[in-house]
Amino acid sequence: MARVSMKVDGVVYEDHVEPRTLLVHHLREKLGRVGTPVGCDTSNCGACILHVDGESVKSCSVLAVQADGADITTIQGLDGGEGTDGAWHPVQTAFQEHHGLQCGYCTPGMVMAAVDLLRTNPDPTEDEVRHGLEGNLCRCTGYVNIVKAVLSAASELRGQGAHRGSFQDAAPAQAQPAGARA
Amino acid sequence: MTEQMDAGFVAEQIAEHPEAVHKPYAGGELGRGRRRKEDAKLLTGQTNWTDNITLPGLLHMSVLRSPMAHARVLSVDVSPALEMPGVIAAYSGRDLADVQGSLPCAWPVTPEMVHPDHSPLAVDEVRYVGDGVAVVIARDRYAAADALEAIVVEYEQLPAVVDMEAALAEGAALVHSDKGTNACFTWPFAGGADYAETLAGHPDAVVVRRRFRQQRLLPSPMEPRSVVVAPIAAADDYTVYSSTQIPHILRVMLALVTGIGEHKIRVIAPDVGGGFGCKLNVYAEEVLALVVARKLGRPIKWTESRSEHYQATIHGRDQIQDIEIAATPEGTLLGLKVELLADMGAYLQLVTPGVPILGAFMFPAIYKMDAYSFTCTGVFTTKTPTDAYRGAGRPEATYAIERIMDELAAELGRDPMDLRKQNWIKHEEFPFEMVAGLTYDSGNYEAATELAEQMFDMTALRAEQAERRARQDPVQLGIGISTFTEMCGLAPSRVLGSLSYGAGGWEAAQIRMLPTGKVEVTSGATPHGQGHHTAWSQIVADALGVPFEDVEVITGDTDSSPKGMDTYGSRSLVVGGVAIHKATGKVIEKAKRVAAHLLEAAEGDVEFAGGTFTVKGSPEASLTIQQVALATFAAHNLPEGMEPTLDSDYVYDPENFSYPHGTHLCAVMIDTETGFTKIRKYVCVDDVGKIVNPVIVQGQIHGGLAQGIAQALYEEAVHDAEGNLITGSMVDYLIPSAADLPHFHTGRTETASTSNPLGVKGVGEAGTIASTPAVINAVVDALRPWGVDNIDMPATPERVWRAIHDDGTLRVPSGTVSYGGAQTAATSGGAA
Amino acid sequence: MIPAPFEYVAPTSVADAVAALGEAGEDGKVLAGGQSLIPVLRLRLAFPSTLVDLRKVEELRGVRDDGDALVIGAMTRHDDVLRDPLVARHAALVVAATATVADPAVRHRGTFGGALAHADPAGDLAAVALALDASMVLEGPGGRRTVPASEFFVDYLETAMQPDEILVEVRVPKLQGQWGVHYEKFNRVAQAWAIVGVAVAVRRDNGSLAEARIGLTNMGATPVRARATEAALAGAPADVGSVKAAAASAADGTTPPSDLNGAADYRAHLARVLTARAVARAAGLTG
Ligand SMILES: Cc1cc2nc3c(=O)[nH]c(=O)nc-3n(C[C@H](O)[C@H](O)[C@H](O)COP(=O)(O)OP(=O)(O)OC[C@H]3O[C@@H](n4cnc5c(N)ncnc54)[C@H](O)[C@@H]3O)c2cc1C
Ligand code: FES
Ligand code: FES
Repeated sequence: MARVSMKVDGVVYEDHVEPRTLLVHHLREKLGRVGTPVGCDTSNCGACILHVDGESVKSCSVLAVQADGADITTIQGLDGGEGTDGAWHPVQTAFQEHHGLQCGYCTPGMVMAAVDLLRTNPDPTEDEVRHGLEGNLCRCTGYVNIVKAVLSAASELRGQGAHRGSFQDAAPAQAQPAGARA
Repeated sequence: MTEQMDAGFVAEQIAEHPEAVHKPYAGGELGRGRRRKEDAKLLTGQTNWTDNITLPGLLHMSVLRSPMAHARVLSVDVSPALEMPGVIAAYSGRDLADVQGSLPCAWPVTPEMVHPDHSPLAVDEVRYVGDGVAVVIARDRYAAADALEAIVVEYEQLPAVVDMEAALAEGAALVHSDKGTNACFTWPFAGGADYAETLAGHPDAVVVRRRFRQQRLLPSPMEPRSVVVAPIAAADDYTVYSSTQIPHILRVMLALVTGIGEHKIRVIAPDVGGGFGCKLNVYAEEVLALVVARKLGRPIKWTESRSEHYQATIHGRDQIQDIEIAATPEGTLLGLKVELLADMGAYLQLVTPGVPILGAFMFPAIYKMDAYSFTCTGVFTTKTPTDAYRGAGRPEATYAIERIMDELAAELGRDPMDLRKQNWIKHEEFPFEMVAGLTYDSGNYEAATELAEQMFDMTALRAEQAERRARQDPVQLGIGISTFTEMCGLAPSRVLGSLSYGAGGWEAAQIRMLPTGKVEVTSGATPHGQGHHTAWSQIVADALGVPFEDVEVITGDTDSSPKGMDTYGSRSLVVGGVAIHKATGKVIEKAKRVAAHLLEAAEGDVEFAGGTFTVKGSPEASLTIQQVALATFAAHNLPEGMEPTLDSDYVYDPENFSYPHGTHLCAVMIDTETGFTKIRKYVCVDDVGKIVNPVIVQGQIHGGLAQGIAQALYEEAVHDAEGNLITGSMVDYLIPSAADLPHFHTGRTETASTSNPLGVKGVGEAGTIASTPAVINAVVDALRPWGVDNIDMPATPERVWRAIHDDGTLRVPSGTVSYGGAQTAATSGGAA
Repeated sequence: MIPAPFEYVAPTSVADAVAALGEAGEDGKVLAGGQSLIPVLRLRLAFPSTLVDLRKVEELRGVRDDGDALVIGAMTRHDDVLRDPLVARHAALVVAATATVADPAVRHRGTFGGALAHADPAGDLAAVALALDASMVLEGPGGRRTVPASEFFVDYLETAMQPDEILVEVRVPKLQGQWGVHYEKFNRVAQAWAIVGVAVAVRRDNGSLAEARIGLTNMGATPVRARATEAALAGAPADVGSVKAAAASAADGTTPPSDLNGAADYRAHLARVLTARAVARAAGLTG
């Protein structure tokens, strides 16, 4: 057993762990921080992405002991998690506005990866967003709306305002016209 | 509020807390792109995945799996595992033989179908890599994993059965030796005129044959399967949490398999992270967790790893399709002949044999023809069982017909779209009875195609293609079409009955009007990403005239939504949504009686619109539905003999399938030097009837496209000759990422279904069904100048390169190429 | 899946790390970024008794200028490499290849040294190290030694390192003169490892190609140099035709694997096509 101390979403936790304990399992099973899910065993899917000292990391491929002393932010601690008065991070808002999630399993990792992407590249092209998220697999959305969401959040974070989402704040004037394009 | 109403305590409270009082209904709820109610928890990490559930005293189960595709199990010694720290129990298949039962197959497609026993843990023989052999129960996940290594199993290897055709050959090794055959069933079907006679009557018929392979796919929802069973052993009472699409069916099946009373089992599907058909099943681990929890009286959790998922969760597709199409020299279709081999895998899961049978009705697609002949043989192999994967039978059929239409066009030297137009059902011909016996209620293939071609800019792309061909550009352009339809909304119960399916196709809904005017809706359709809670709220808000926010939808728990047939086959809206709509009608009917009574008007004079009851001719006399709900709750003044409730339920059995359709157009760029294919442009126009929430609909299409394209270009479950899955992890099973897929240009036309009151059709599978042939048609189109007339999926760079360079030298494009101009006069295409 | 148990130490100096590795014996293993090792442990394909984590060894991190060579510390992460101005200036080929490694999250943990020590022939950086004639500085109980890349990669996942040695740093000679570089990676999906990769540095001189260094990824059990093509390019005219002709021998002498992503003959073909493209790009003949 090794002693580890880490700050998770603003709270410091000290625990004894087996050295082989994966960070994501430590968070989920010991600390009850279950917002970060696991989707694979080969570091391919990105469902488990969170931030270690501000950078995106696949938490299934880090040992809890390697995170000793680290400052960890999960989807639950991103602005919008508990303790932040429900204010959402612009990336979270954009994911809803652009329907960038369906089942939501990839979403925590997708959002955390996107936040990191925009930290390092505040004004990405569509192609840069797509490549920036190449370590995150989503089986539901086909990515189009995820890409839109990230581009919109980027614009908002640059102070240029979010892009209009797909959703309608008001009821449509008439039932959907035939032959609508999107 | 009118004076007749006895306000009472609740009314006073409502008056004091105006925020609790309803806002008026603003209208326009149907067809509106509402933000999803589901998103808040999903976006903030507060989702309730099954693996998140923890209970006092929870134990973890792990499963030891066979490393061999086929072997006799000589002995299993679990005792060393029991010595390991933290281990509570360990059982072999033999230990559980008396209690584990046999996993169900609900679709015996023929009376003679070979239906082998399928024990959750193998007892005498293992039949695929991943077949369960023993389980360990330990205090934590890590200890459970460690103890598997201690179990000692002696196997005697038996021959693997990997190839379907070899499996059917004389003297082949048998998967189930006691059955004497590897053939599971043969299911013949025909429609219209006799195929052979039709051909005989047309000596000048042009006949094209191809062999298509539907490779095996791994469904791969991002959430792996997981089960938690919480027992109250003393009462023989169990709560089963499972990452499943089908809590209701699972409950029935768990009861039947284990002998526990159905009323003693509660099944909950918490938040489910995608299913795509693979969670439409009753799995060994669900039964084992229940059986072990019953034995130990302790809660049990099992969660699969991704590599386990790839071995032990059903696979999809896996068919060999021999397709023959016949047309007059002018291109009018005469008939279609389909011969299928469908790989069942080692056992029959819930609907394994039914999947190719569902497809039987879809091969004729949107085309008129005289004769149709179909036969399918199910084949056992020593591989993971197959079952429903997004589309289930229909993508396979659509692929075959849309591919062979292109081949026929090439053979006839016709434009592939022209040939389709010549043969499809015209808009004015609906309803139309198809050669396969279905009656398509509505459709407008012309409109969808026109819009798609406009969005695609077909003329410019064809011109560029011609230029690239002329200058022998190393990067070639190909254009692919898919004018698909599908049948969805499974299904009229009588049809399912006629196909020997074990259950009906109805769906249940219940509406509860709460005293404060809020509405609770329970639905038997169980979502796993599709946004049911949002869409159902819209339907209810629109029907009852209450605000969208005031509707709460409850799903996925056999206690709170006790009746249901769950979610698959693009059925939720067309069956479940309609059930809800019908249930609202009953609520309104009851409320109208109460309103008439309170307003002292004749029931016939009371009208309902926008959430308000008014009396004809005296507009000032009105009551909102919320007021009526409160009055009904108080029950102080109700019509004589009326039950004091507005709550209603409805079980809806559809009269017909629904038939979404659309036109998908795909342009690919092929690097002929490396074989790499990139999608240049993807346009689809889908007609899914009336739309409840266009944003959700578009999302469903997008996701479907990604999966269909993935089948065309990326994904394939590959087994070696010994039956090992060599694409056993996400390193080798290539799921495309955002960087690999293009933007999708989506459009829609709206031809209402005439078979249900909402005019809706299904959408969940459309993208998957339509896109695969569009992409492969584009690839083959690009390669046609090299004489390529087929390519196996996925069209990997290597396959594409070999198709071009199969004799080692680059063949030069023939230069002047119109559609199919490179094709020879031979009437039958080379089988791949 | 879950790793089997092991002991864990996190020393703070190279000397302590070497000592710890020595103490752990045969089954001790170095843990760097863990991006290759941890998945292997999770799949239970390896059972080390002790992991010696290098994360606290500060001296292994960072890049320094050492005259005619650049010295990259073994624990320098891929992401650090991508941002390092010295590497950008003197070893742009390393940057080009590193940018194609895995995805951003993996690059936040995976290290330059780990990628080389892992010696996966499908890894992108080994071919680069070979092409640039880099050398590996190893430290063991007997002190330090330097092994040229050409001798470092011994076999599939096997290097010249002894079990008790640690890769400390990598010396990458600076390219002197007018060099152009390019890394051409061919894979089926963006996140995947290379089916074939080609690392190229070419020097142009007076309208001809003076010198070329070409390292091939995944064309054998170890990274290999395309020596025949290099020879054919030396002094060749700087035009696409000459490059293509020279690249025809790119696969000579290689023993590429046959697997799901491609049979050996297809890989050999890819090596020729991609080499031509990479050289042309590096030489500025194509965009
Ligand atoms: C999803 C995914 C995709 C990837 N794609 C690519 C790719 O496209 N191209 C590519 O090149 N790589 C790829 N990688 C691998 C990545 O580059 C790894 O970071 C790298 O291979 C190993 O670096 P590491 O620091 O993580 O080493 P570790 O995983 O910690 O160690 C790897 C091995 O090297 C040994 N080792 C590490 N450092 C030292 C040292 N200093 N001295 C002695 N021995 C040492 C370890 O003992 C171990 O055996 C991918 C990884 C993942 C998870
Ligand atoms: S769970 Fe971490 S990458 Fe898949
Ligand atoms: S939303 Fe389901 S996996 Fe991305």
